[in-house]
Amino acid sequence: MSPRVSFFATCLADTVFPHIAADAVRLLEKLGCRVTFNPRQTCCGQPLANAGFHAEAAAAIRLQLEVLLTDPTDYVVCPSGSCVLQIKEYPKFFKNRPDLQDKARQLGDKTYELTDFIVNVLGRTVPGARLDGRAAYHPSCHLTRLLGVTKPPLALLEQVAGLELVDFKGQDKCCGFGGTFAVKLGALSSAMAVEKVENIRAAGAHYLIGADAGCLMNLQGIIRRKRYPITVLHIAQVLMAD
Amino acid sequence: MSIKTSPLPLKERLRKELANPVMRTAIANAQDLLNAKRDAAFAELGDFAKWRETAGAIRSHVLENLDFYLSRFAERAAAAGAHVYFAGDAAAATAYGLQILRDKKAAKAVKSKSMVTEEIGLNRLLEEAGLEVVETDLGEYLLQIDDLDKPSHIVVPALHKDRERFREVLAAKKGYTGDSVPENLTRFVRQLIRKDFLEADVGITGCNFAVAETGTVTLVTNEGNGRFVTTAPKIQLVFMGMERLVPTFAELDIIFSVLARSAVGAKLTSYMSLITGPRGPQDADGPEELHIIIVDNGRSRVLASEFREVLRCIRCGTCMLECPAYRHISGHGYGTLYPGPLGLALVPVLAGYEDYGEITKICSLCGACSQVCPVEVPLYEFIFEHRRIIAEEQRLGAGENFLMGLYGAVIGNSKLYGMATRLARFSALAPRAGPLAQWTAARELPAIPKTRFRDWFAARGKKGNLP
Repeated sequence: MSPRVSFFATCLADTVFPHIAADAVRLLEKLGCRVTFNPRQTCCGQPLANAGFHAEAAAAIRLQLEVLLTDPTDYVVCPSGSCVLQIKEYPKFFKNRPDLQDKARQLGDKTYELTDFIVNVLGRTVPGARLDGRAAYHPSCHLTRLLGVTKPPLALLEQVAGLELVDFKGQDKCCGFGGTFAVKLGALSSAMAVEKVENIRAAGAHYLIGADAGCLMNLQGIIRRKRYPITVLHIAQVLMAD
Repeated sequence: MSIKTSPLPLKERLRKELANPVMRTAIANAQDLLNAKRDAAFAELGDFAKWRETAGAIRSHVLENLDFYLSRFAERAAAAGAHVYFAGDAAAATAYGLQILRDKKAAKAVKSKSMVTEEIGLNRLLEEAGLEVVETDLGEYLLQIDDLDKPSHIVVPALHKDRERFREVLAAKKGYTGDSVPENLTRFVRQLIRKDFLEADVGITGCNFAVAETGTVTLVTNEGNGRFVTTAPKIQLVFMGMERLVPTFAELDIIFSVLARSAVGAKLTSYMSLITGPRGPQDADGPEELHIIIVDNGRSRVLASEFREVLRCIRCGTCMLECPAYRHISGHGYGTLYPGPLGLALVPVLAGYEDYGEITKICSLCGACSQVCPVEVPLYEFIFEHRRIIAEEQRLGAGENFLMGLYGAVIGNSKLYGMATRLARFSALAPRAGPLAQWTAARELPAIPKTRFRDWFAARGKKGNLP
């Protein structure tokens, strides 16, 4: 039976990068999933929580909790490691509400980042993707360090025909996005992003690929300002490229 | 000095540091070099996870039983002939030290590197009282003669300077005429401070760890100056942070094994001094009088807080070396004696949110620090928790509170979110002020498309593709 998936788009992909979310949905469908999207979903609340505003994030957290558990699906899948991390941390926000904490755990247990889901749950490869050129992969911090999803994105990218992955200096370092950090301390955040971009450029990459739209937006901001000929793509877009 | 190292506000400190290419190159090179050495040293040792779990458990056990280990240490150190003094705060610690020096009519002190003496502002007080204080750690010496520049790292205090800058300072302040080859710079300073070692009445040191069972204080250094400070002068003052204890030498072995590797990527430091009491009748050298000043200065407050485990810290500085924010601003950007992830976790609770809560902003929550900490201090979690408390106590600006409240209201309600995201496409018309200006100073903003993902999904099969 085909797996039933609730898609959590993330506010950023919903609003700013709809192509990423659309490609993620097409990809899941291509791999045989039945995908539903509950339009009552909004944002996971991470920008608020990471800035300390837990009380302000509470309504959004409860809303996602309710919405994402409403549809009778097997999994929740999301094209962002960072937002998945936030969802998996929901139990922390209900220390005095055991009932909600249970629901939060239930949601956390069924929620997966896109590449983790494809490789470790579906156990699938993605045939037919093609992208010609050299690509730098940015392993975003929340995805790799905090969720521990290190290999699935690389395993999938290695299957893409025509794509050569290049290593670059400081590859595992933070891009400087950090949600509200990028606007609270914009100069420092940009300095971190610039170093990353310069290293990617020095490696001769034509593409920058990542699995988190936030980091990509940050790095793309630098790349466009500097007019570097590097195309920024989310991994869902790469896997749907032909 | 005290915990505060700069009078400038946060954003000005950052601007100043970001505009310092010498520092940024020096720190980046040091990070890359030392982190590679650290990783190689732990790879050779094997099973980093087990080592740090064990080292962390030792530190946690000591904190759990700190009262016991402190009293045992004090008792054993006194039995070995040392004078032990508990100082509640910086003023008590410095007053005690000053009194000893006055009683002994001391004129000159030599020091080995010690963060706790920086924390309590010892040098300034001694100098005001007419004493000459000479820092003998090469990096600290350089900072001292460079018009009291501030340490930018807790292990490598002059990390922000390169050797060319070192040469310039020595030339300007001490008449050095040689080149910038490190060996030559070092030789010159060694010759200068040898006289100070021999003339000094007092040696002042910190304490890396004290061994409770034997009443021993220990020092790990790489230059040998620490050994000289503890052997030549007749009087020795040891300042130690209240939490810096291990039960026995067995635990000291484990702590030092991870300390040297984390700090400088070495199996051992070049010198390890273990001092139990003053010199005895059969000893060839060592101080005739040994004073150990155990400094609280806010540590009891940390111990009683939910951030207690930050006191596990063994001051290796590897979280700073790993931190991508520290990389661009050095310790000076933080404006605090303890910078980097450790500073963010420790200083707000050690010295208060009022003055130091703001530094918790200097973090992108990348989590790299927590992964390399050799005693498993949950740095990421603590920074996250400090931010929660700071926001809850309404310590952030009214503008931020308003924007965050508004954002929370919008994403907490499906209808409001729907309306707000429909308007987002007009963001290009928004004035480039406030948060947007912070973004666009160096980065382009993405254009926001007319069709949201949700519109596309709802219209699938009807209208087809995204525009």
